[in-house]
Amino acid sequence: MTDHPADSILVLLQATATGELAKSTAGLLGAAAQIGTPVALIVADSAQSQALAEQAAAAGAERVLVAEPDSSSAQLPVPMVDALAAAAAAVAPDAVLVSNSIEGRDVAGRFAARTNAPIAVDVVGVSRDEEGVVAHHSVYGGSYNVDSAATFGPLVVTVRQGAVEARADARPVAVETLEVAASNAPAATIESFEPAAESSSRPELRGATRVVSGGRGLGSAENFALVEELADALGAAVGASRAAVDAGYVPATHQVGQTGVSVSPQLYIALGISGAIQHRAGMQTAKNIVAVNKDPDAPIFEVADFGVVGDVFTIVPQLISALSERKR
Amino acid sequence: MKIIVLVKEVPDTYGERKLDLETGLADRAASEAVLDEISERALEVALSYADSAPDTEVVVLSMAPESAAATIRKGLAMGAASAVHVTDPALAGADLGLTARTLAAAIRRTGFDLVITGNLSTDGSGGVLPAMLAELLEVPNMTALSVVEVTADSVTGTRSADDGDMRVRAPLPAVISINEALPDARFPNFKGIMAAKKKPFETLSAADLGVDPEDVSAPASIMTAIAEKPPRSAGVKITDEGDGGTKIAEYLIENRLV
Repeated sequence: MTDHPADSILVLLQATATGELAKSTAGLLGAAAQIGTPVALIVADSAQSQALAEQAAAAGAERVLVAEPDSSSAQLPVPMVDALAAAAAAVAPDAVLVSNSIEGRDVAGRFAARTNAPIAVDVVGVSRDEEGVVAHHSVYGGSYNVDSAATFGPLVVTVRQGAVEARADARPVAVETLEVAASNAPAATIESFEPAAESSSRPELRGATRVVSGGRGLGSAENFALVEELADALGAAVGASRAAVDAGYVPATHQVGQTGVSVSPQLYIALGISGAIQHRAGMQTAKNIVAVNKDPDAPIFEVADFGVVGDVFTIVPQLISALSERKR
Repeated sequence: MKIIVLVKEVPDTYGERKLDLETGLADRAASEAVLDEISERALEVALSYADSAPDTEVVVLSMAPESAAATIRKGLAMGAASAVHVTDPALAGADLGLTARTLAAAIRRTGFDLVITGNLSTDGSGGVLPAMLAELLEVPNMTALSVVEVTADSVTGTRSADDGDMRVRAPLPAVISINEALPDARFPNFKGIMAAKKKPFETLSAADLGVDPEDVSAPASIMTAIAEKPPRSAGVKITDEGDGGTKIAEYLIENRLV
C-alpha cells in the first residue's frame, strides 16, 4: 500500500442509483481540500468504478480508493462501513468526511462506534487550527454558531448537504484498489428499490441559491403551481412549509424547516407561509428573505427583508410578468 | 416481544431555544421542555404493535437530567409498561460516543427484541445514534422508515433513502428509526395518566451501567467555541395597493437578486 499524505482527509463518496456521484461530492471534496489532502473512497463494482473515480478526481480528489462491494451488497449499510474502516486503517486520516445524508449518517454512525472515534454531526464547515481539525455547526435553526473538535485522534464529520460552497481544483486521476475484509456484522437486507422519480429540471432544494416556498395560504395542490411558476421564472428551487406538505400540496422532500431541509440561499421567497418558528428554523439564515402573506401579523414578516401584505394570487402573477418583461 | 423505545426530552420548538454561552449546554430553564414529537411517533409504532400482539412489553428509555422524569413519565401515560431513566450529573454534556455507549449498556441491561427511535431529534438533529447503537449492540439497523411492519421474529419496512424508497427487512433483534411520515401519537387519557403513577420507573446512574463518563483514554468530541448570532431584524413591510408584485420585482432588481 502506498504512503498517504500526513494531512490526508478521507472522504466517503456516494454513488447514486443512476451511476453518478451524489450531488454532495463537490462540497465534501471542497471542504476536505480546505483542511488537508482529499483522499476519496468509492464503493462500487469494477464496471462503474473507473468512471466514478474520474468524476471524483475532477471534483478534487488527490487519490481515489476503490473498494469492490462483495456479494452481500444488498446488506444495509455494513459493506460500506467495512470499506470505510479499511480505508481509514490504510490512510490514517486527520478527519473522515461523510455526507449528512440518510445513507451517510448510517455509515458514519456505525464507523464512529466501531472505531471509537469522536463524531461531529450536521456540520456546515470545517477548518484547521494548530491543534487540528475544527468542525463548525449551526445550531437551533441557525441561532447559534458552535465549534467542536476531537480531544485526540481523527474526527468523523457528517457534512450538511449544500452547506459548503468551497470547491477543490481538479486533480489527475490516481486510483488504488482497496482490499476490504468483511466484518460480517449483522445487517438488514434490501429487498427492492424504487428510485425517486426525477421530478424536473429545477435546482435541488439543498444548496440552491434561490428558493421559492409555498405554504397553506396557497389553498390547494392546483394552486401550488403558482409557486412553481415563480420558481421557474427565477431559476429557483421549490420549497414548502410543513403545513403545505401535510395538506398534500407537495411531497415531503420539499419541506423546509425544523424537520425538513435547512436552506441558506441568497434569496428566499415565502408565499402564503405564516412563518411558524419551526419553518423559520430552516430558512432564517437566508441572505435575503421576501414574504407575501395576507395576514399583516404573520410572524414571517419579523424575519423578512421585504414583506408585502396582500393576496399571493394577484401579487405573484404580477411579479412573474414584471420579471419576464425585464428579460425581454 | 420486548420493544424499547428511546425517548428524548427537548426544548419546545414552538418557543425560543437557548444555549448557555458559558457552559455550551442547553439552557433548560429558557424554554418549555417537551417529549420530542418524533419520540412520540416512535412510541406509537410500538404501542400499536402491542395492541395487536398482547404478549408485547413496551419500555421507554431515556438518558436525560433528573428534571426530565416527568417528561419520560408521559410515555408511561401513553401506554408503555415501564420506564428506564439513565441520569447522572457526570453525563451532562456527553458527546455522541459516550451517549451511545451509555444507552447501549442500558438497552443490554433491560433486554430487547426491537429498539425504536426517531430518525432525528429536533434539538441535536444528529441522526447517527440509531446506527451507533446497532453497531455497539451487534444487530442490524434500518433507519428513516416511513412504513413499519413488525412480526414475531422480523421487522420490515419502507426506508426513505437518499434517492428512492427501498423495501428493507431485518431479523430480530434489531434497531430501527422512523420518520415523521408515521402516524401521530395517541394522547394519554386520564386513566393512562393515573395508571402511569403505579408503573415501574427505574433510575440508573452511569456506574450502575458500568460506564465511566470521566474516562479520558477514549477520544471525545468537545465544544471549543460558541457564539449567538444576532437575531434577524424585520426589514420593509408594505401593504399591497395593486402594485405589490411590481414592488417585489423592483426590490429584487435593486438588490441584484435577479
